[in-house]
Amino acid sequence: MPRPSALLAVEHLTKHFALKGGLFGRTSALVQAVDDVSFTVERGETLGIVGESGCGKSTTARLLMHLIKPDRGSIAFEGQTVGAAEGLSHRQLHRQMQMVFQDSYASLNPRLPVAMSIAFGPLVHGLAKAHALARAMELLAAVGLDPALFANRYPHELSGGQRQRINVARALALEPRIVILDEAVSALDKSVEAQVLNLLADLKARFDLTYVFISHDLNVVRYISDRVMVMYLGKIVEIGPADRVYGDPQHPYTRALLSAMPSMDPRRRTRQAPLSGDPPNPIRPPSGCRFRTRCPLAEKVCETTPPALLALAPDGARRVACHVHVPGSGHTRAAARGAA
Amino acid sequence: MADVAVPSTDAATALKRAQQGKGYWRRVWERLREDKVTLAVIGVLAMLLVMVVFAPWFTIHDPYTGSVLRRLKPVGTPGHWLGTDEVGRDLWSRMVYGGRLSLLAGVVPVFLALLIGGFLGILAGYAGGLLNSAVMRLTDVLYAFPSILLAIAITGILGAGLQNTILALTISFIPPIIRISESVTTQVRNLDFVEAARASGARRLTIMRYHILNNVLGPILVYATSLISICIILAAGLSFLGLGVTPPSAEWGLMLNNLRQGIWASPLVAALPGVMIFVTSMCFNLMSDGLRQAMDVRL
Repeated sequence: MPRPSALLAVEHLTKHFALKGGLFGRTSALVQAVDDVSFTVERGETLGIVGESGCGKSTTARLLMHLIKPDRGSIAFEGQTVGAAEGLSHRQLHRQMQMVFQDSYASLNPRLPVAMSIAFGPLVHGLAKAHALARAMELLAAVGLDPALFANRYPHELSGGQRQRINVARALALEPRIVILDEAVSALDKSVEAQVLNLLADLKARFDLTYVFISHDLNVVRYISDRVMVMYLGKIVEIGPADRVYGDPQHPYTRALLSAMPSMDPRRRTRQAPLSGDPPNPIRPPSGCRFRTRCPLAEKVCETTPPALLALAPDGARRVACHVHVPGSGHTRAAARGAA
Repeated sequence: MADVAVPSTDAATALKRAQQGKGYWRRVWERLREDKVTLAVIGVLAMLLVMVVFAPWFTIHDPYTGSVLRRLKPVGTPGHWLGTDEVGRDLWSRMVYGGRLSLLAGVVPVFLALLIGGFLGILAGYAGGLLNSAVMRLTDVLYAFPSILLAIAITGILGAGLQNTILALTISFIPPIIRISESVTTQVRNLDFVEAARASGARRLTIMRYHILNNVLGPILVYATSLISICIILAAGLSFLGLGVTPPSAEWGLMLNNLRQGIWASPLVAALPGVMIFVTSMCFNLMSDGLRQAMDVRL
């Protein structure tokens, strides 16, 4: 539940994409990309979002940035609801929240020198061109690129890592409080990825930033995140402090996901595939719990009732959406636990 | 990587250069300057333009008065170095004056179609949704007719004449230009940098100005340039069919038609207007190729 201290509070965020078919573009099916998702982002933390492809990570990011309109749900920044009459306008939100995209090349205009790409945001928000460009120069230096060498280059003249640094600089140009990193390092070489991750950590301390870090790379998420949110088919299955989620995963999906991580220790090699098959089609997700088709613990109740995301302990730091953890839910393991 | 830009050693100069913001077009010009073929072709077209604009300075004989005594003289005849046509008019004069109408009928329709079609196409591509469907379905209707057939039909209805030719060709070139502009714009609109621009809170028109136009105008312009050669040939074709410019006006297509009867008597003379059509359209084609290469920063 959103606490007053939360920098960003997301409630019941839902986005169903309509699949248009037929001659007159009737809606033939709905893809439930993000379905009733609520979470908070605390000041100064890094919230990692993990999950398989198609689980709604990127859609969540785009919804937060209001690049796509949510069907339902609200976003509040420092207690001010975004888009509400007396709340924050989307334009104001964009000054507070920026995003770095995965594809470092496609996210830069090939016809603009990179300094202009960085200066664009401030320019749009009314800064004079000379000042905006001067800020771009400072930011180039801040992301570790010599302005004298790089300011007037074009995106195709830079390497992937350099381009992603430019993208980070552009995201910082509006002096946001939150930066959403949507697979921002996923396309980079491992060595470059490490450099950019270190840069991100430095920038976070220097500019007092809050990160929402989206990735499918569990190691990277563990390295950078304070809290982790695990998504499956458009739903949050587990959320909590990173060390506790990684150390003691409570949802069967989180467990499967983490055991799929290659271990550095040959004695702890994963011998069996922890999960079989692909995630079900998000157009017709399974009834009840969406994970039940692949879950080793699935029972009758999982088929009929979707589990709510409930706190494991009264402090509410750790929340899991699984019947196993709800006493009296009807799940045999839950009953045992409730009795104990 | 193109090493055209010499990296400056000083952040202040870099800032100054960024402020001037002329980088892109200066680069295009630098690359164009190294492309000898395109430069030569542009030179030829410029020469042609000067000649047709200042036609009286380049000709001695009147293009409209001839003498039956001097009909179909061959190339190299004293006083008429390119010979004379079927009613004894000086062919050089007629070629130069003919270029006026041919170029006019070749360039003006493409230019007008570029303005109208480019505007509609970019608008449809950027707006998407219903507007896009409306514009594109209407385009499809026009597209159903081959452009030459459409042009013939329109001039057939409106009657022959330069104005009607231009109008007909304009209409028949609007659909392909809409198509290209729409598809290029749609492509660019969906790229991440446009999303990023939206995420910075920019308004639609600002995004259009900074991020869409500079990425779509190049390809559209290049495509339009390549249409000029087709347009010259179509204009000549219309005149040849008697649907374009009417006699006694000098126009390359029309001249080709009239000289057809003299092809046995003086084959070289009869072929000359065709050679001009060929050379001019070739030049425009090569120019559009050169422009495309110069404007593609990634090469």
